[in-house]
Amino acid sequence: MSEKQDKSLENFTIGGMYYKTTLTKKFKNRENYEEPNINLLKAFIPGTIVDIKVKHGQRVSEGEPLLLLEAMKMRNIIAAPKDGRIKKVWVKLNDLVSKNQLLIEMQ
Amino acid sequence: MGLKEKSNDLRRRMRSALKGGGDKAIQKQKAIGKMTARERIVALLDTNTFHEYDLFVEHAAKDFNMDKKYLPGDGVLTGTGTISGHPVCIYAQDFTVAGGSLGWMHAKKITKIMDHALKLRVPLIGINDSGGARIQEGVNSLAGYGEIFYRNTLASGVIPQISVILGPCAGGAVYSPALTDFVFVVENISKMFITGPEVIKTVLGEEISMEALGGARVHCETTGNAHFFAQSEEECFNQIKSLVSYIPWNNTRKAAKYPKKKPKTRKYNIEEIIPSDPREPYDVRDVIRSLTDDSDFMEVQELFAQNMVIGFGRMEGDTVGFVANQPMVLAGVLDVDSSDKAARFIRYCDAFNIPLVTLVDLPGYLPGVDQEHSGVIRHGAKVLYAYSEATVPKITLIMRKAYGGGYIAMCSHHLRADFVFAWPTAEIAVMGPEGAANIIFRREIMAAKDPDAFRQKMVDEYKEKFANPYVAAAYGYIDAVIEPPETRKMLTRALAISQEKEVFLPKKKHGIPPF
Repeated sequence: MSEKQDKSLENFTIGGMYYKTTLTKKFKNRENYEEPNINLLKAFIPGTIVDIKVKHGQRVSEGEPLLLLEAMKMRNIIAAPKDGRIKKVWVKLNDLVSKNQLLIEMQ
Repeated sequence: MGLKEKSNDLRRRMRSALKGGGDKAIQKQKAIGKMTARERIVALLDTNTFHEYDLFVEHAAKDFNMDKKYLPGDGVLTGTGTISGHPVCIYAQDFTVAGGSLGWMHAKKITKIMDHALKLRVPLIGINDSGGARIQEGVNSLAGYGEIFYRNTLASGVIPQISVILGPCAGGAVYSPALTDFVFVVENISKMFITGPEVIKTVLGEEISMEALGGARVHCETTGNAHFFAQSEEECFNQIKSLVSYIPWNNTRKAAKYPKKKPKTRKYNIEEIIPSDPREPYDVRDVIRSLTDDSDFMEVQELFAQNMVIGFGRMEGDTVGFVANQPMVLAGVLDVDSSDKAARFIRYCDAFNIPLVTLVDLPGYLPGVDQEHSGVIRHGAKVLYAYSEATVPKITLIMRKAYGGGYIAMCSHHLRADFVFAWPTAEIAVMGPEGAANIIFRREIMAAKDPDAFRQKMVDEYKEKFANPYVAAAYGYIDAVIEPPETRKMLTRALAISQEKEVFLPKKKHGIPPF
């Protein structure tokens, strides 16, 4: 039953002190935090792009629908978070996108 | 018919029912390394102690031509027996009969044995091996699950409930094991998930194998849904037998007393286990083994949140629940997972009259955005809640570091530990010397000619003054500073004198723990 873990010790700093210890897989694989960028619209759920309403360079205003992302049998409207211009559309119609995949870049 | 013919008729009926799903289905079950439901029960229980009930129960479904189908025992075996002499109620789903699918009568058999266990106040063991709800029985199979969940909840904290996952356990079915105390899984055999790989693929486009999604290892290492990992069904049954020996029959009893034994101190010598440098790690399980009878320790959730160690051992023949920080992993910090792990175990021990021994050596909580955003506040609070609420004897030993909130959480006097011992190596402080000196002497350090040298001087001074157990002992927060080799003696005495402990908590329906 015993599962021998990797015994290689690493320095682990906490509260200004460092300790020799092993790190867990979960800790090593944790996601590093990134400041959200309002210009990068990412998929909040995996799904399919079923409609694209905007083109490169187009001016859009806040709340304007940019594309439709179908997931869990629901059509989700991805709307512009602010007034601005479409810098690039990163997806094509019927693309299967994964969670957090970049969909549209604004400026 | 005379008596003899009637008896023959009974035997004939039994033979037919005992065959389960028939030879072909049994062969299929065995081909993938699984035992049959009956073999499992026989392997788990003491020889010739299984008394089966409801062998002749038949399903009552009418739709989809079900009325023409005979399903022996309706796909589940139920009965009573003993494990090392301890009585248990048991059920085992029979995958060879309609895939062990749960219909109304199948569920009724299970709830009947559950009611039995609760009434007789003996542990309940459920062996899960089922394709899920019997679709043909529609909402009645859902009703069946609901009836099981309800009883799991009522029985929780009254009788020990053990779930053994020896096959698929998917969809709503997973909630019964989740409501029970301990979940046993076997590599390549156990599969648990709410939605399977197929659904995930069609809905979300994510591809994953069954094993990677909800196999035994995943639930032991990642999700924490399972508590015991085995490579084979046989190993799994041995683990269950061992667990049953450590726990009482119900919440009004104490666990069985076993003959007293001395720890194997030649192999587990406390003075050799603890490194002199406080930054060097050690395996806290060796410390536990240096304290327990025969150096036996049954670890619970060995593969999950390894920075916290929990499990059962015996001292002077009586079961003790150990909760210990593990300096070997992540320096023994408290985080979301380790808090959940400890808190639930503390509540288990409290519910079943098992005294708690807490071994403390932690630098504090794990910093990080992921921790904060995963709710480490609410998860960490569970430990405080569980310890504060627990009325079983609570003995704490501070071995080395006990800093900040971690000191409070790990069963300090303030949460009503009955005895708090500390080794001379203990450091009880609001934080480690480095961090503290940086804050207290920030201005002086900045103004100093040689800031680094000055900082070091302040760190050394702080260490000298505060990195010891005596400041806390001066306030009475530590009852005794003891030498490490005395530990077992002090713990066993403290446990012995706490036998009749009685605590009166305010009357309430129930608290609202930070789930």
